[in-house]
Amino acid sequence: MQPGSLSTFLKRGAIWAFIAVELAFFSVAGQYLSVTDTAFLDLDNMLLLLKQSAPIGIIALGMTVVMINGNIDLSVGATFALAAIVLLDSMTWPIFAGLGDWVIPISWALALATGVVLGAINGFIVWKTGVDAFIVTLGAMLGYRGLVFMYNGEQPTSHLNWTLIDFAEAQVLGLHTATWFLLGTVLVLWLVMNFTVHGRNAYAIGDNREAAVNAGIRVGPHMMINFMLIGFLAALSAVVFYSESGSVNPNDGTLYELWAITAVVLGGTKLTGGSGSVVATFGGVIAIQLLRKGLGYIGADTETVNLVIGLILIAVLFLDRQLNVKGRQELRT
Amino acid sequence: MADTASTTDAKRGGKDAPPREPILKLVAKQGILIAFVLFMIGFALANSRFLDPENIMGVIRSSAILGVMALGVTFVVISGNLDLSVGSMMSFSTIVVLDLHDKIGPALAIPAMFALTLCLGAFIGFLVGYLKLNSLIVTLGMLSAIHGLTLTWSGGQNMDIADKSGTWFSVFGQGEMLGIPVPILLFALLAATLGVVLARTPFGRKVYAVGGNGTAATFSGIRRARVVFLCYLVSAFCVACAGLIQASRSLGSQNTVGQGMELEVLAAVILGGASLLGGSGAIYKTVIGVLILGFIQNGLLLIGLQFYAQYVVTWIIIILAVWLDIGAKRGRFLSPIA
Amino acid sequence: MTAAALRLENIVKTFPGVRALDGVSFDVRPGEVHALMGENGAGKSTLMKVLGGIHQPNEGTIHVGERPVVMQTPQDAKALGIMFIHQELSLATELSVAENIYLGALPTRGFGRVDRARLHADTQRILDKLRVSFGPGTKVGDLSIANQQMVEIARALTVDPVAVIFDEPTASLTDAEKVVLFDVIADLKAQGVGIIYISHRMEEIFRITDRISVLRDGQYRGTLDTAETDEDEVTQLMIGRALDLSRNTSHHQLGDVALEVQGLSCGRLYEDISFAVRRGEVVGFYGLVGAGRTEIAETLFGLREPSKGRILLDGSEVRLGSPADAIAHGISLVPEDRKGQGLVLGMNCRDNMTLPQVSDLASGMLTAEGAETDIFARYHESLDIRTPSWRQTVGNLSGGNQQKIVIGKWLAMKPKVLIVDEPTRGIDVGSKAEIHNLIRGLAADGYAVIVISSEMPEVLHVSDRIVAMFSGRITRTFSSEEVTEDALVQAISGLSEKPAA
Repeated sequence: MQPGSLSTFLKRGAIWAFIAVELAFFSVAGQYLSVTDTAFLDLDNMLLLLKQSAPIGIIALGMTVVMINGNIDLSVGATFALAAIVLLDSMTWPIFAGLGDWVIPISWALALATGVVLGAINGFIVWKTGVDAFIVTLGAMLGYRGLVFMYNGEQPTSHLNWTLIDFAEAQVLGLHTATWFLLGTVLVLWLVMNFTVHGRNAYAIGDNREAAVNAGIRVGPHMMINFMLIGFLAALSAVVFYSESGSVNPNDGTLYELWAITAVVLGGTKLTGGSGSVVATFGGVIAIQLLRKGLGYIGADTETVNLVIGLILIAVLFLDRQLNVKGRQELRT
Repeated sequence: MADTASTTDAKRGGKDAPPREPILKLVAKQGILIAFVLFMIGFALANSRFLDPENIMGVIRSSAILGVMALGVTFVVISGNLDLSVGSMMSFSTIVVLDLHDKIGPALAIPAMFALTLCLGAFIGFLVGYLKLNSLIVTLGMLSAIHGLTLTWSGGQNMDIADKSGTWFSVFGQGEMLGIPVPILLFALLAATLGVVLARTPFGRKVYAVGGNGTAATFSGIRRARVVFLCYLVSAFCVACAGLIQASRSLGSQNTVGQGMELEVLAAVILGGASLLGGSGAIYKTVIGVLILGFIQNGLLLIGLQFYAQYVVTWIIIILAVWLDIGAKRGRFLSPIA
Repeated sequence: MTAAALRLENIVKTFPGVRALDGVSFDVRPGEVHALMGENGAGKSTLMKVLGGIHQPNEGTIHVGERPVVMQTPQDAKALGIMFIHQELSLATELSVAENIYLGALPTRGFGRVDRARLHADTQRILDKLRVSFGPGTKVGDLSIANQQMVEIARALTVDPVAVIFDEPTASLTDAEKVVLFDVIADLKAQGVGIIYISHRMEEIFRITDRISVLRDGQYRGTLDTAETDEDEVTQLMIGRALDLSRNTSHHQLGDVALEVQGLSCGRLYEDISFAVRRGEVVGFYGLVGAGRTEIAETLFGLREPSKGRILLDGSEVRLGSPADAIAHGISLVPEDRKGQGLVLGMNCRDNMTLPQVSDLASGMLTAEGAETDIFARYHESLDIRTPSWRQTVGNLSGGNQQKIVIGKWLAMKPKVLIVDEPTRGIDVGSKAEIHNLIRGLAADGYAVIVISSEMPEVLHVSDRIVAMFSGRITRTFSSEEVTEDALVQAISGLSEKPAA
């Protein structure tokens, strides 16, 4: 066996094994501890779980791409909120008054465009200034959140459109609309990252930037595209979620960046870039959501969830490091 | 050729401008101080109330909690790591001290809260220092875990002191000494002490060495893990102080009182010129970073902009500050990224 | 006669303060394997960067075929058919073999999709030529280092190369893998490609090359026909009689044994190492990069855990768990990588110099700035460090002065044993001599000194005894009277079985 392939195999399978353990644990533990009568593995329960995974999940998928590329985006929560406000508010704009339900695609487009533009701003700054993406998007997190508050103060922005809500609550082939968007995003990003030149170059840039530059790959545009992509996906996540809820608070989306990063890291994407998979991130998202629901199911307080997820994240990091230790001959630095 | 070059230089730098290099150096070294002074002058010209002692005192006072936390994070950042758990940890210490206040009395509650908070800091320090785990992920995980701890402790309820008027505990957040609010005094005292620790003690020197070049520090016989560990202890200590001020000021609190502060704190530290790569930064610079954030917020309000515009301005300032900094260091402002 | 594949004419490249290349001219014919030799620092890597479009020469021209060319970027070099096989691999380990080979030039088929069928077919064709056992879809991270090297080579074959430059390609290959590599080189040669082959290994050079060009101190020293020359002639050209090759003759009164090492091993890095160093003695460790010398130094400095053997200081066994332990026992290391391991570049001169003892010097809780400045002042003067003040950031000093800061840092610790790894790498000639004198002076002062070096003149010049290493083992130990250059060269290239002349 080639060196390293065992740990690679373990890492690739790990997230799904973890999900299986979670399912088994909560099903069994639920028999004794459950506060409700329904089984944990109940179909409706699982479908609901997928639907509830969608908002963070779609963002986490975009985060995977950005992190594979060797960057990070801390501004997604604020982008999410701003896109949501544009979505709901634009439906009430007088210029669209005569359109009836045709306002929906326009509002969607406006919201998604907002995400793309915000992402493009981040990407452009990272590209042209050479300031680290962590700092650029940290600043943007504050800045974009400021825009959110400037839009409508501390008031929630609300608009209910029943056509939209019906659409969002619909179930096609048993799956909710939000689930379809989540799965669709997984599929599209999987295709992009594995089968397009952009995807492969994104891996190469994150893995070995110097080699990529020497091979003539233009690093800047690829990074910018990926920031636009995550901006788009943050907005898509908002579109999916707020089509149903119809009301956005200016603090919505806070800490989403941290949840998304948690899911990405659980999925095994390397912080330094170059390695990772959107499918594994999908697993990470499901694992977190299972944990939330499962702990609730066996009667644990919701607060325990935060504790457990935090510790699991650290444990994963620790295990990952143990798997990669080169042995006793390593230099002690 | 030479003529053309000098003409361009003259155009760029103005008639009597010194050569470009020294300006770059000055900007690189003291850019943040210059920006601070320019801001103060700008706001002072725009609104005469800005330089009012009362106004200035008010700004510093409201910046004190953020500032105290930023002092500790400065140590962590200079040592080349991150601490995203300080907001969550501050909520924890606030809730804990408020809860214990009624149970065991303030005199015991305060040391107990400090001990617990330092335990959390020690745990993070152990993970990052001795186990060499990535600090971003560890403190991200701890952000969540500590939030969970806080909720468990409080049962998800807001925490309030029963007898709000009859406790001396309020002195840390509401008291005054010599006409100066106690939070400002605490902030100043901590800043002075930690400033000396960082700039004038062997430990401080080692923090810079570990962050500047960890390998070289190890090759100089410095026990890197211990230095990193201690930095997280310092950070936890500062968080405990911030929690104390917060609890004492409001005498009641939500579980999420520190939520989101980790990134604002980091913004202040970066604004002060500390590099996320480690090895640079200073306590006085962080204090300036904190004050800039505070005064911008205040100044924008005074000139009639709405409260939240400060976030947008902060964003622009952070990016400009870091850009100028690295641009001056690499000698050109556009990045070499193709 | 056909035109040369690649011809260099009077190439000059200067960096601030250094003339890295000083009038280099030679040519590579199509279908020729042309060795480029020279000691570390002779200018080979600068020359490669010039050929690769990374550096632009200040003077001189490069001809490809009959055409003079200017290369501004690595892509220009590639477009002209000049390909590199780097010593340090530049691969993206998470991507497949095929993707690495066609990195930056993946074939597409609409909508930005990678044409995987074509990519794999093209790659397979190249891999077949190389007779490797892995396929186009294998992840590069799963390959052995040797196979990764093959991927690098495959990359050079994606275009019809005019010239291929191999930089120390066999450094990490086994003997069987070398045979495959040499076959590949023979194939390229048969196709009329010009090949530049950079290596320190005489045996390989004489086995596969047609001509040998030698660089020394940035200057071109001549080209020899491999068939008509021998190792001695090449060695002479490389080392140069003109340069000070004097042996060390000034022996000092030797004191007690300060450090003794018995049967020390560390996995496969080095095995069964035994030697002793007395006070007042300089022991030189000579060998190729990767022979295990640095790893021994790191073990003695507490950075590596030996798997076997004993380390004795002043006759009693010590356990060194960390550099802090080693320093406490009186061992100091001036490391090989000055910028990476020796200095905190953003810190000032004084603070760097006093870093190991900042706690010892402290008065009460605070750092003893005065005492620290005194220490700096002492070595500032005695080592003749050229810097206006201790406040200067170390990163702004020249290489030689930086090295003096590191040496001063360890002298200030008053060590029993001072280990100096590659003391003059990347340092200009003037400073070299100063540092050599300094090392001799230390021995005179009663220090036990170990010098690790890849430069023969340096080892000869400073050592009382020379330990030659090859692939993790000590092959011979010479006293400075008995040592000859030939014997030394043979001892470090694995040829030392035959008796020294």
